[in-house]
Amino acid sequence: MALRDLLKKYVVSEKTNEIVNRIPKPVGSFGYDPWGYNSETFKLGLGLFRPFFERYFRVETHGLENIPPEGRLLIIGNHSGQLPIDGALVGYALATNPHAPRAVRAMIERVFTTLPYVGNMLNKWGAVLGDPENCVKMLRNDEAIIVFPEGIRGSGKPWSERYKLQRFGLGFMHLAITERTPIIPVGIVGCEETMPTPFHLKTLAKLLGIPYAPVTTPVPLPTKVRIYFGKPMVFEGPILGEDDTAVKVERVKDEIRALIQRGLSERDGWFQ
Amino acid sequence: MDIRISEGGDMQHMDSAVGVLPEAGGLPAGVRVGEKRPQVLVTGAGGALAQMVISLLKDRYQLVLVDFRRRVRIDEGMASYQVEYNKRGFEDIFRRHKIEAVIHLGRMGVYESTHRYRYNQNVLGTKRLLDLCLKYGVHQVVVLSTYFVYGASPYNPALLSEEAPLKASELTMDLVDSVELENLASIYLWKHPELNITILRPTNIAGPGVLNSLSLMLSRKFAPALLGFSPMMQFIHVEDMADAIVLAFEKNVPGIYNVAANDWVAFREALVQCGCTPVPVPSVPENLPRRISRALGWKAWPAYLLNYYKYPVILDGSLFKSTFGFKPKRSLADIFAHYREKKEMGIL
Repeated sequence: MALRDLLKKYVVSEKTNEIVNRIPKPVGSFGYDPWGYNSETFKLGLGLFRPFFERYFRVETHGLENIPPEGRLLIIGNHSGQLPIDGALVGYALATNPHAPRAVRAMIERVFTTLPYVGNMLNKWGAVLGDPENCVKMLRNDEAIIVFPEGIRGSGKPWSERYKLQRFGLGFMHLAITERTPIIPVGIVGCEETMPTPFHLKTLAKLLGIPYAPVTTPVPLPTKVRIYFGKPMVFEGPILGEDDTAVKVERVKDEIRALIQRGLSERDGWFQ
Repeated sequence: MDIRISEGGDMQHMDSAVGVLPEAGGLPAGVRVGEKRPQVLVTGAGGALAQMVISLLKDRYQLVLVDFRRRVRIDEGMASYQVEYNKRGFEDIFRRHKIEAVIHLGRMGVYESTHRYRYNQNVLGTKRLLDLCLKYGVHQVVVLSTYFVYGASPYNPALLSEEAPLKASELTMDLVDSVELENLASIYLWKHPELNITILRPTNIAGPGVLNSLSLMLSRKFAPALLGFSPMMQFIHVEDMADAIVLAFEKNVPGIYNVAANDWVAFREALVQCGCTPVPVPSVPENLPRRISRALGWKAWPAYLLNYYKYPVILDGSLFKSTFGFKPKRSLADIFAHYREKKEMGIL
């Protein structure tokens, strides 16, 4: 507790404090919500992540004005980079959005919730167990949720597959329709190059019980990251079947592809 | 003979006090003294929660109190028995009194006795109670369950609704009786709608007089806390829980309901707020904290409840809230202040 207070003093700026206090977030009397989000720890997380966002990855954002200031929202993006850095960068960008800051929720793999310190810390920063029940209840709570429908197919893809969207899970579209939630497509450019991975060690991953074991750089490279938020997309039911859902998902993928293409054409190399 | 009638028990008065339980929708509020009042059996009458329920109901109902541990002190006009539910003598209570409704709070806590004895008391005892309710035409039964039935798992979503699977028995034999008691009550709920069974699954009940595992933990000066884990928790003040039971009893809308306040706190924060000093206990390898727990032998920290100090079990109490109009009056701060102040005064 004392360490947290000390860190807060040096890491959380007045501006961060003011931004987080503006975020409409229903929390209980001790600053927690049912999923473990804690507003004070969230401020600390933002303060600690700020140098990475501003100086290390020099993130450039476009289309933040497309984010509604309140109400349920699904933010659907392309996933890459071996580590979930893209999720953290999108989360930071939305939390510090000058138009309307929002504390977005990221869905995390089940394995994280079993790990000491990691699970609790991620929960306090707003990440939650990737469970459909959680998603439904959070949307009904008017939360904004980041979903990477490619899952580990996207984050763990090798260098040869960079900027090629992998198969999208269809679950987010079912949620968007049944919970009447707008979708914001997001194209992320730059994270693919943070940890270039020529191949994976499949046997080692199996032995360690982890999704993949990439042969890559020991730390993420300081590439410049560009995040493009598209305009809200609204899908209505009824759901006529999985083929129908897949067609709707393709429309979202097309939007994300277009945003990625825009980012790739606007950049001048990995680091600029 | 298994029954003992307490000195204050006015049997003659109660034999003549035959009331009629109205249809679902509620017993009459404010029945005047002197009127024939419905007779209500309260089990587990010696507990702190039951005592509060009794004090809320005693003016409007004729209460028949039962506890298998001890004879409960009573006010005039009540009857009190010490009897085990699965003994033959238990039926004599139903013969002597025209029991209209039962509030079944008499569960053995998870740290009490062996799991076999608890199974006998909680499951077989409850079966006997429900069978007697059927035999003697009882019109309403409120059963107190526990949130433990959901089981603490890293894969639990937050805000568990009443339909969530009951996974506690996957964890340990020691919680089988809690799940079985629920299953049994559910079977009777659907098979015998005339019993009007309401099952309440409260979150952690805390406050004055409460002796469950978590309350014992919060009462300690030093409390074990698993390194790297501080699950979200909910608490409900014992007085609010008593109000919830009375609401469920008087409104009589049969079904299964979570009872929880819309407020949440991390376990470590709760410990600190209660004036406890968390003592770090290694959480890995998984067997190590279990061994430590067994070696310590604390009622507050039994090995089979360790998962509840590791992973969250957060209830969605909205159904109970909307059905019964329930709103807790005491905050988390009020609950924690009780433990903190008692410690400062040197009482705990």
